[in-house]
Amino acid sequence: MSTVSGTSILTGRQGLSGRLSDFFWRNPKILLLLMLTPPLLWLGVIYLGALFALLLQSFFSIDDFSGLINYEFTFATYKQLLIPSNFDIILRTVLMAVLVTLASAIIAFPIAYYAARYARGKWKVIFYLGVMLPLWSSYLVKIYAWKLILAKEGILTWFLAKLNLLWLLDAWLALPVVGGTSLSISYTGTFIVFIYVWMPFMILPIQASLERVQGNLIEASADLGGKPSQTFRYVLFPLALPGIIAGSIFTFSLTLGDYIIPQIIGSSRLFIGQAVYAQQGTAGNIPLAAAFSIVPIVIMGLYLWMAKRQGAFDAL
Amino acid sequence: MTAVLFQQVSRHFGAVRAVDSVDLAIAEGEFFAMLGPSGSGKTTCLRLMAGFEQPTGGHIEIFGETAEGVPPYRRNVNTVFQDYALFPHLSILENVAYGLMVKGVAKAERLKAAEEALAMVKLPGYGTRRPGQLSGGQRQRVALARALVNRPRVLLLDEPLGALDLKLREQMQEELKSLQKSLGITFVFVTHDQGEALSMADRIAVFSDGKIQQLGTPEDVYKRPKTRFVADFVGSSNVLPPDFVEGLGFGKHYASLRPEAIDLGDGPGRKQFSGRVTAASFLGAANRVTVEANGARVAAMLSASISVPAQGETITLSFLPQDLHMMDGTQ
Amino acid sequence: MRSDKNTSAPLGLKIAAGLGLAFLHLPILLIFLYAFTTEEKSYQFPPPGYTFKWFAAAWNRPDVWEAMGLSVRVASISTVVALVLGTLCAAAVSRTKFFGREAVSLLVILPIALPGIITGIALRSAFSFAEIPFSFWTIVLGHATFCVVVVYNNAVARFRRISGSLVEASADLGADSFQTFRYIILPNIGTALLAGGMLAFALSFDEVIVSTFTAGQQSTLPIWMLEELIRPRQRPVTNVVAMIVVLVTFLPILGAYYLTRDGDQVAGGGK
Repeated sequence: MSTVSGTSILTGRQGLSGRLSDFFWRNPKILLLLMLTPPLLWLGVIYLGALFALLLQSFFSIDDFSGLINYEFTFATYKQLLIPSNFDIILRTVLMAVLVTLASAIIAFPIAYYAARYARGKWKVIFYLGVMLPLWSSYLVKIYAWKLILAKEGILTWFLAKLNLLWLLDAWLALPVVGGTSLSISYTGTFIVFIYVWMPFMILPIQASLERVQGNLIEASADLGGKPSQTFRYVLFPLALPGIIAGSIFTFSLTLGDYIIPQIIGSSRLFIGQAVYAQQGTAGNIPLAAAFSIVPIVIMGLYLWMAKRQGAFDAL
Repeated sequence: MTAVLFQQVSRHFGAVRAVDSVDLAIAEGEFFAMLGPSGSGKTTCLRLMAGFEQPTGGHIEIFGETAEGVPPYRRNVNTVFQDYALFPHLSILENVAYGLMVKGVAKAERLKAAEEALAMVKLPGYGTRRPGQLSGGQRQRVALARALVNRPRVLLLDEPLGALDLKLREQMQEELKSLQKSLGITFVFVTHDQGEALSMADRIAVFSDGKIQQLGTPEDVYKRPKTRFVADFVGSSNVLPPDFVEGLGFGKHYASLRPEAIDLGDGPGRKQFSGRVTAASFLGAANRVTVEANGARVAAMLSASISVPAQGETITLSFLPQDLHMMDGTQ
Repeated sequence: MRSDKNTSAPLGLKIAAGLGLAFLHLPILLIFLYAFTTEEKSYQFPPPGYTFKWFAAAWNRPDVWEAMGLSVRVASISTVVALVLGTLCAAAVSRTKFFGREAVSLLVILPIALPGIITGIALRSAFSFAEIPFSFWTIVLGHATFCVVVVYNNAVARFRRISGSLVEASADLGADSFQTFRYIILPNIGTALLAGGMLAFALSFDEVIVSTFTAGQQSTLPIWMLEELIRPRQRPVTNVVAMIVVLVTFLPILGAYYLTRDGDQVAGGGK
């Protein structure tokens, strides 16, 4: 390696790939366009196109006599959302989503906090997989498991009977609204299953936001005389809030749009998802189904806008 | 022959003029340094030579061949990156052989060449390891071998010693220099460390604000800085304001004066001035004294055999007129 | 949150965290128990007896096999499509800055950010509008749409970790764009793509909401299960199928975790 020779510009690889590479190197925008075209065609044209078509249909109405769609621009379908029976569905769903979100945050917080602050090495992995496996395991199987648990002859009744606490279950079921003939056909059952299915989505963002908190902040608060409750209230909770909001985007949105859980475990009263399903299916009222499905989109849009202002997306 | 030629080369990023109308000619076999603070345009110049950036104006030639529009992979120019950029998924030997592999050199031949290159940088037998298993200094040698195995006509080094500790840095400086002399390859390296540039380079280009402030030998740049910036940035010269210089009987210009050219007291043929001591410290081999004289702050390296002057004391200092170097500009 | 290692958690926190994890796992364990019950007509607990016979019964059910086959085929094709689209998107977004970059990321996330029923009904009405009959491909179209994000998330995280100078170093050493892709980019993002692909497969294999809108009369395994949930006809077979589904979906999750464990996390928001 003692002589230096040759040309300064190499001929390099010839042929098609060499020339193509040169072409892309000189025209990076064409390469970018080529890379973006397939995903944009798929998502931007097919998916967004379908969404806009749906949006458009909500401005049509259905002819009450013929049952055919009247292709004239109208807000009549949206007005139908406001009639009491439909508006009740919306209120019921939003209330459920709020309650599920709050309960999920309460149950998720200790798990996330422990995993972020105390779990080390092997335990860190166990906690991580302990959250990931239920999160990713089959949605239907999870619902099915609760059908087994909540059934009258199932494990919960058996367990309470062993503890001589069946009277407690009966008292709860006797309550108005939340009660019913059995847990599996009550709002309580729906609520529990919603929490079970969506709660893992709350743990990971809270854990991520807590991971970023320096442990010595907790000690600093204690050092300054903060009682544990004060430390939680003034230090831990505000720092975890972006994570909680990020997690709530999932729990809230997923509860808002779900139609399978209340159908399998719940009373016969409808949620938004079920209403959409029923309107487009058996009722054949696509415009009303479309108008119903705009509701979660609008609610989530507002929610995301507020979450963004709170800086929740950094915790995703 | 000219290895790298820049004619009025500019690289603007929107309103930012990273490189602004630079003229440059690097000779074949030269060890050339581009020195400057961060954001001065030196690294962009290096990237223009490598082909990672394209000039927005001007003309670049490498060994007489036009370089603009030529992709980096078609240039017989190789780079040692600041962070070394070793491929983490390849072994050391595969890293070094990479350039030959993509050029289609047969396996046995390229592995042999890679082994030789590793031996040249004093890492024989390290081929089976992964980049993650090597120390910073060793990675730096691998990066060097990986570039040199391609026998480039120009080797570009981006802050090659920046990440190494002082001792390793001094050792590598010597090794790089002897390697360059034995291979005869043109080396162009970028640094913000003036000591490194002065000790290694045949010639230095001092960059500031996208322009070359001065281009010359280390001695030129150190002893005869052309501008205040160069005087400030290279070495520790005093920059004397025009009024002060005029007061000593010279023209009304900025001038530079190295602290070690100043002595205590007066002598024949010397120019003298007096000032009040504002700071003094004992450095072992010398005393460093700062005085305030006629509104200028002047630092002087005085012989350690004389005791350190007290703060507030007024002392007389002098220098030989040929050590005063006049610069451009009166402002 | 980094803290001194020798502090141990308060007892209350330990209990709350432990109960929370138990709440997440016990119902799934119950599925395993029920697969062996001798009871056919109800969900009686504790099971009156245990048997292996339902495994044989499930094995001999052509409708289960058919649904399983369809799900596997749909998930495979959707995964391939999602891999291509997700990688292209991730490469474009992380390698260059262009106008509308944010919009592209939003577009990729939208199909899972919006409730599945909206995606489902939108696609269904688009199919009926364009007079496209339901087929294997209408299911794939829906699945690939929401699987892209999983691949995208994993690929973007990995692209971020590849230092830009690696690509430059490769070009500097004489590799053209295709060689750089093959020898440098692909080996470095390979495991992330594999992990993303596994998660996409798991996601598609399990999906029911969008599928009910795009499948027509076809029955994927989740659709088969959904029908069993609404109108239980063969509880023991359903129990066995549920257990197998749990086991089948655990494998890709563990695999994806193993592939991405050092550094980026498996994108949990991908479902």
